[in-house]
Amino acid sequence: MSDYNFAYLDEQTKRMIRRAILKGLAVPGYQVPFASREMPMPYGWGTGGVQVTAATLVPEDSLKVIDQGADDTTNAVSIRKFFERTAGVATTEETTKASVIQTRHRIPEAELSEDQILVYQVPIPEPLRFLEPRETETRKMHSLEEYGLMHVKLYEDISQHGDIATAYAYPVKVEERYVMDPSPIPKFDNPKLEMAAIQLFGAGREQRIYALPPYTRVVSLDFEDYPFEATKADYPCDLCAAEDSYLDEVILDDAGSRMFVCSDTDYCRSRRAEGHVGRLGEEAA
Amino acid sequence: MSASTGEQDMTPLMQVKALTKMYGHRIGCKNVSFDLYPGEVMGIVGESGSGKSTLLNAMAGHHAPDCGEVVFDTRADGPVDTCTMSEPARRMLGRTDWAFVHQHARDGLRMSVSAGGNIGERLMAVGGRHYGEIRDQAADWLGRVEISDSRIDDRPSDFSGGMQQRLQIARNLVTGPRLVFMDEPTGGLDVSVQARLLDLLRSLVREMGLSAIIVTHDLAVVRLLADRLMVMKDGYVVESGLTDQVLDDPQHAYTQLLVSSVLQV
Repeated sequence: MSDYNFAYLDEQTKRMIRRAILKGLAVPGYQVPFASREMPMPYGWGTGGVQVTAATLVPEDSLKVIDQGADDTTNAVSIRKFFERTAGVATTEETTKASVIQTRHRIPEAELSEDQILVYQVPIPEPLRFLEPRETETRKMHSLEEYGLMHVKLYEDISQHGDIATAYAYPVKVEERYVMDPSPIPKFDNPKLEMAAIQLFGAGREQRIYALPPYTRVVSLDFEDYPFEATKADYPCDLCAAEDSYLDEVILDDAGSRMFVCSDTDYCRSRRAEGHVGRLGEEAA
Repeated sequence: MSASTGEQDMTPLMQVKALTKMYGHRIGCKNVSFDLYPGEVMGIVGESGSGKSTLLNAMAGHHAPDCGEVVFDTRADGPVDTCTMSEPARRMLGRTDWAFVHQHARDGLRMSVSAGGNIGERLMAVGGRHYGEIRDQAADWLGRVEISDSRIDDRPSDFSGGMQQRLQIARNLVTGPRLVFMDEPTGGLDVSVQARLLDLLRSLVREMGLSAIIVTHDLAVVRLLADRLMVMKDGYVVESGLTDQVLDDPQHAYTQLLVSSVLQV
């Protein structure tokens, strides 16, 4: 472990990233450019989130890494190992015991507290990108608060699908100012963006950091006659019977049988430990 | 929206004062001045490279002019020089009181967004947040520009050139602008489609009491639409006056050449 500086990045780089984080916190939802470093993993694997986590970690931290809500997927395991080796920090799978949580595509089900930091991996930080390909133009649109185009996307959704079909990366407006891409979390998680913990968003390839301070007002965009709705699969979890958690659908065989399980593995495990049993679950050992 | 009372008619909607745009040492347009009154249609004609599009873009705020003023009579604050106003205010003007119709419809449309979305964009940009109302207005405007409202969810790329141009006009007029800039609105369309488009433009301009500045090299277009005419050559305005007067009795040598060059069928 002594071969690396603490948490892999050199101190000057961490300083630069911390400055970007502070600026991001000062202007919630604003995309702060930063000099993203090459990381020992490919773009798309969370290079942005990893750099933000590295700049945030202190030796006393306890780190949790999730990918689509799960602690045991490739992306989560490799990033957790990376920080175990390069920072030597404690790691945990329990949401409530972690002080820093790096996540891809989910917000944990358990409510986060003021002493926690949630770090998101962001593929494309610009919510207007697919509507307006020019960066010069999108920056101008942000600075002048010209966000009509964002509603054009929602309009197209309704005209083609009958309702707002955008199910993830659902655009939000932060403190009535910046429109922000909450990273590809399901829109089920959007209401949770108003939380007690600090939320940091890192996009490595696109070289942007943005942030939400605790208790920031975050409103999902919608139409008056088509209000925002946080949706999930309309089933209980087949392992822990939770009705309130976001579910993954798992195909079980060729005959069409399937099961729905909590995407947040820690939440599901803790519920089963409390004795909740779903349709296909077994009694906790 | 803009009820033009007799009193308002006295103040010009737009005053252009000594507008100059240079491209390095080359002249884009030089020292152009005119007043445009509410409800008036001004035509700008001239050969390619005479500076008419440069002038139009400078007036519409797409290019910053080198000197001169473009004073627009805004609804809120009265006459304001748009060249020195803040960019947010100018862009706001660009999507409320002004409209810009491009020569090529694909420059003015979002080709990957449905016709309804294209028309609705301006409404949403000024705060429209009710899907049903936006859609009703979009359907209404499709009807006004003679596009069947069954095409409301089709993309402009599936439309013919003439339909695209009409869609562009609908998209621009939906917020009830008071001044429309048009850059060769009939360029690239065949003559029968041109005739229908001109007919449509003329009725819309009259119905809505629009003021318009139309850049074209087609004298038939200005004859039909424009009240007044400016003839440009090499960046300068060489002649201006009432359309019929200029076309029937051209004074400047270049205007005489232009009028005599029109092909007769």
